[in-house]
Amino acid sequence: MRISCPHCGERDHREFEYLGSAKLLERPDGGDRAAFHDYVFQRKNPTGENAELWQHVMGCSAWLHVVRNITTHEITAVKLARDVKAAAR
Amino acid sequence: MHYSALQILKNGLTGNKGWKPVWRDPEPKKSYDIVIIGGGGHGLATAYYLAKTHGIQNIAVLEKGYLGGGNVGRNTTIVRANYLLDGNLEFYSHSLKLWENLEQELNYNAMLSQRGCLLLAHNDGQFDGLARRGNANLATGDDAVLMSADDVRAFTPYLNFDDARFPIRGGLLQRTGGTARHDAVAWGYARGADMRGVDLIQNCEVTGFRIEGGKIKGVETSRGYIGAGKVGMSVAGRTSQVAQMAGLRLPIESHVLQAFVTEGVKPVIDTVISFGMGHFYISQSDKGGLVFGGDIDGYNSYSQRGNLPMVEHVAEAGMALMPMIGKSRMLRSWGGIMDMSMDGSPIIDKTPIEGLFLNGGWCYGGFKAVPAAGAAFAHLMATGEKATWATKFNLNRFETGHVIDDEGTGARPNQH
Repeated sequence: MRISCPHCGERDHREFEYLGSAKLLERPDGGDRAAFHDYVFQRKNPTGENAELWQHVMGCSAWLHVVRNITTHEITAVKLARDVKAAAR
Repeated sequence: MHYSALQILKNGLTGNKGWKPVWRDPEPKKSYDIVIIGGGGHGLATAYYLAKTHGIQNIAVLEKGYLGGGNVGRNTTIVRANYLLDGNLEFYSHSLKLWENLEQELNYNAMLSQRGCLLLAHNDGQFDGLARRGNANLATGDDAVLMSADDVRAFTPYLNFDDARFPIRGGLLQRTGGTARHDAVAWGYARGADMRGVDLIQNCEVTGFRIEGGKIKGVETSRGYIGAGKVGMSVAGRTSQVAQMAGLRLPIESHVLQAFVTEGVKPVIDTVISFGMGHFYISQSDKGGLVFGGDIDGYNSYSQRGNLPMVEHVAEAGMALMPMIGKSRMLRSWGGIMDMSMDGSPIIDKTPIEGLFLNGGWCYGGFKAVPAAGAAFAHLMATGEKATWATKFNLNRFETGHVIDDEGTGARPNQH
């Protein structure tokens, strides 16, 4: 599996650390217990395309928003996580 | 038919014509009191205990493929009870007790071999950690022996003790741990369930649930609608997908775990050994193959095959621990899909839908749990109450803060 880092170009996935679902970008208000429980623990866990957070730890250290097929491992989009977060606001 | 030495002798002398198919291949009925989804170790054990312990007659197990064709037929067969935290401690302790009597219980040779299970420590911190773990096991009534480096050297002299980077500081041995014949466990429970009238229905995929007024009514399947008073999900690896058909979202991610086996060699490893510096564990099958595995690949996957970097990592860990295995050739490797829960511990509980029950989130510890999980799930489905040995595997524990995080890594399924 290879991931195209927007800064560094296409690299082997071993250069990246996997965090989990990109829903972690949408942190709810800490006072809303139900929303926070869902944020921390509940996952859709789809078999097809999933948006995920990876960090290019052995490269530029940027957090990336990666859209990947969970069954075929095909990667269809890689963006900087901060851009995705800014666009969502 | 009751299996015995006399039967073997009798059939051996009469051309082996007396053996009958071990279970029926029934057509699904219109409805059942209880339907179990998933004909793996857990589902079959659940059906067995529902029929045997709770006397329920009208049960079906629905299996998408063939019985025992999922993770129960593709694991590293290790049985042990050396966990650390309450919840896991009493559960796996009970499971090991059921394992010890399993063959008599099922009249089926599951080839349980209590050859011991050794965890290694490579520094003082790890050694102290093992001492704490061993004390927890002893306090639960299980076996634990804290071994010095010399003890370990006497027990397993072929390890690489003087490795400059990972010298062996000591170990924790559980003499009652070991391995079992994984397929036979599924077959034994299947036979026992079938003998007690459970319908084992293969090639029957559940495609949806029928839920009315918040209560389960039955399941839609590839072989038609089947009504059910209660439904239990026992579908490791696919729990999220099946639960989603009932509108549930779970604290589970699916990850791939690889395992490996070498060509058969003469007896060389007479126990189960876990390396402490990198996830690597190894035993030798009765056929002679070295069976070993490592960590999950580290990112969500439903592919049922692993990636090469983990193959390399596992091979490196094996070579660091016991360089002698470098001469054996790898025969096969495979990947299975694991329900990785958010705290690394399983869920055996009711769901918000009345009559729908969940057994899942076993991470890669599901095999050793088969007897106790089946018995606990059966107890829950039959009585509505938690079994005494499985009171803490609650679905809402993530909400209430009662997580059971044996590895202590937080809500990171790829770290458990």
